[in-house]
Formats: sequence, C-alpha cells, structure tokens
Amino acid sequence: MKRLALRMLAASTLFLTVTGTASAHRAWLLPSSFTLSGDAQWVTVDAAISNDLFFPNHHGMDPAAITVTAPDGSTVAVENAAKGEIRSMLDFNATQQGTYRIATGGGAPSYFASWEENGERKRWRGSLADMRAEGIDKKPDVEVSQSSRSVETFVTLGAPSTEVFTSTGQGLEFQPVTHPNDVFTGESVSFKFLLDGKPASGIEVEILPGNDRYRDTPSVIKATTDANGVFTFTPELPGPYWFTAGSEGETVVDGMKMKSRTSYTATFEALPL
Amino acid sequence: MRAILTLAGLAFFSAPALADTMEVGVEIPRLNVAEYHRPYLAAWIANPDNTVAANLAVWYQQERGAEGEGETWLKDLRQWWRRAGRDLDMPIDGVSGPTQAPGSHSMRFDTGSAALSALEPGDYVLTVEAVREVGGREMVQIPFTWPAKGAAPVTVSGDTELGAITLTFVDDK
Repeated sequence: MKRLALRMLAASTLFLTVTGTASAHRAWLLPSSFTLSGDAQWVTVDAAISNDLFFPNHHGMDPAAITVTAPDGSTVAVENAAKGEIRSMLDFNATQQGTYRIATGGGAPSYFASWEENGERKRWRGSLADMRAEGIDKKPDVEVSQSSRSVETFVTLGAPSTEVFTSTGQGLEFQPVTHPNDVFTGESVSFKFLLDGKPASGIEVEILPGNDRYRDTPSVIKATTDANGVFTFTPELPGPYWFTAGSEGETVVDGMKMKSRTSYTATFEALPL
Repeated sequence: MRAILTLAGLAFFSAPALADTMEVGVEIPRLNVAEYHRPYLAAWIANPDNTVAANLAVWYQQERGAEGEGETWLKDLRQWWRRAGRDLDMPIDGVSGPTQAPGSHSMRFDTGSAALSALEPGDYVLTVEAVREVGGREMVQIPFTWPAKGAAPVTVSGDTELGAITLTFVDDK
C-alpha cells in the first residue's frame, strides 16, 4: 500500500515536471510604450514571470537573455539592464522609424536528457554541443527531448514595419496579419503562427487581457489556428494583452529521434477605437 | 462620445450653386483646471472607410521646448496618428501649425487648396480630434457630401476637450 502510494506520488511528480510549463506562471515583457512618435525615443521594458498580468509577484527574468532588434534587423544596445527579484528591466533608445522586436529565449533550443546510472535516475539540461561534449548522448538508454521558448513584444516608432518578423524557420514563430502595434478594440485581429517555417494549423492559443487582478473572471479568449496558421479574435477591453501557444511533436537531431516542445508568448496593446 | 449629425436633412432648405469654400470652425473650450496645456489638435477629411482623404490641420508644439520634442506626443492623437500621422513626415506645409488658445478658430479651404483641389465627388467625414496634456481626448465627426451646396452651417459639439465644431459650405464667387 505504502509502495503504491509512493509510486503514485512519483508519477504525479513526474507529471507535474512534464506539464510544468502549462502552469500559470506567465513570462512577459512589457514596454513603457507600444506606439511612439518623433525622431527618437527611449523605451523601458519590464521583464518578469508572474501569475497576474502585468503585476510582478514571482520572479524577475534574466535581462542578459533579452535582445532588442531594430527595424533594419540590427541589434540595439541595451542600457540600464537590471535583474530584480520579482521584476527585471532594461532600456533602449529607438532611433530608427519602424517596428522593434524585444525578445528572450529565441534561437537555440535547450535539450533535456534522462537516463539510469548505477540504479539512479539522472537528469541533465543544456545545449546540443554540451550534450555531445559531455557524452550525455552516449549514456545507456538515454531519453533526450528538445525544448524552445520565445517570449517577445513589439514597439513601433512612427509607422509599423515588418522586417523584424522575418522567419528563422525554427520552432513556433509569430507573423503579423494584423500588425501587433495596430490593434484596436472592437476590430478583428488576425495573427499567424509558423512551425519550423510552415503555417502551423490546429494550434490552440490563449489570449488574456491584462489587469486580471481587477476582474473576477480572467476573461481568457481562446482561438485555434486554421489551415493557414492564422487565428482571429476581437479584443473588447483596451489595454495590454498577453497571448501564448505551444506545440509538441517529434524531431530528429543529428540522427537522434526525440520529443520536441516549442512555445511562443507575446505581449501587445489594444487601443480604444 | 462620438457625435455624428447628417447634412442630408438640411439639404432642402436651399438649393444654391455648388460651394467653392469650406469653412471649419473649431472651438477650444476654456477649462477651469489647475494645470492647463493647450490641446494638440488634428482636423482631417476622412473617407467612409476611415482612410484619410485630406489633412486640414495639425496643431502641436513644433519647437523643442522644456517638455522635449513636441512630436513625441503626436501619437496621443491616436486616431489621426493611426490613419495619417505615422505615415507623414512632419511638419507639413499648410497643415502643421502651433497649438491654439481657448476660443473660436476658423479655417477656410477653397477649391484651389491642397485639401479640396484633389477631392473626388463622394461622401466624406470631417473629423476633429483633440488631446490635452494631463487632460482627456475627444473626437468629433461631421459627415458631408462633396461637391457641397451652400447650406446652413452644421454644428456638432464635443463634451470635454472640444466645443462647437462647425462645418459651413459657402459660394464666394
């Protein structure tokens, strides 16, 4: 009986570990302004992981992992980056007209490995190169999985532009149909997802208006991408929004078959019409 | 907030010749507030699909002042910024102007003006939007048909940031 209970506990712990990313801790980047005018403007960005949007109450993000991309695709120097306990921050100076991308976690995926060694369950996390270098991929009966996560937001000085949305062909990526800095209440909004560079159909998306701590209901909007990877919704409340989507599948990396998980999260603003 | 009045009901009052001048009257209300700044204001002719047919006026702080570059706050005229401002290179000759004090202001555009000379016959909406630092924002719209016949002025009043907005078509010939 005791053994069964322990086994059930172990199973549920494993379940929590595997599905942990689906829990309510939400990663977000919140810029001081989404829309700006003039020749050049400073923008400050809050970066946190919290339950309520957009109130820091859990964990500050590592600001070193955040990159800012200018409308012309160049990397913008980050100023005043600071890691806080429950909220981190950075500033950047927008000097080009067009749309900037602020992003964390994009690019190289992380790898998770688990295997049995001397009767003990071992776990490992790191890059593909480190996995090779440390011989993790040669461990007996090793199970490897791949995970990538992008958290982004967009800021536009002047007229919106689309160069920063160029696809890398890797993981779950966002593409504007409606530009994320051109969202107004009561108007239909269409966003598109690519999975490994191709339209991602059947992806379930959750869209949440901010300020949920001042509402009794979270007012989650749910949508699913169509055959073209497009999902459509109409924001009714003005203010900042957060949306997230994930996809799980299988992939082959250097001849290794493995499970893969990719998620995408972004923040945008709906202005009152 | 958005007040709309149609001209159609007034058309039978008179049937004079086609007007060659459009007069736009803008009243900026005098407000009893502790901290007052003149509003930024945009007036434009909108197509029925909300695209911009012609910009009439943009009143903002054109010089760099103590509060920084005036263009910083143009995006707060959020409807004009979306429909026109963000695609324009400010300032615009004959459109950009300084902010105005409370009171009545009048603008005249004749058929030779940049605003009206290229205006195709059709339905339009005169739109005036104002936003004030540490204040509010308001937009007033008056639909009209071009070419217009001289008729009684049409007035729509704002509630907070704008007073009476008056659209008059006159035949000056």
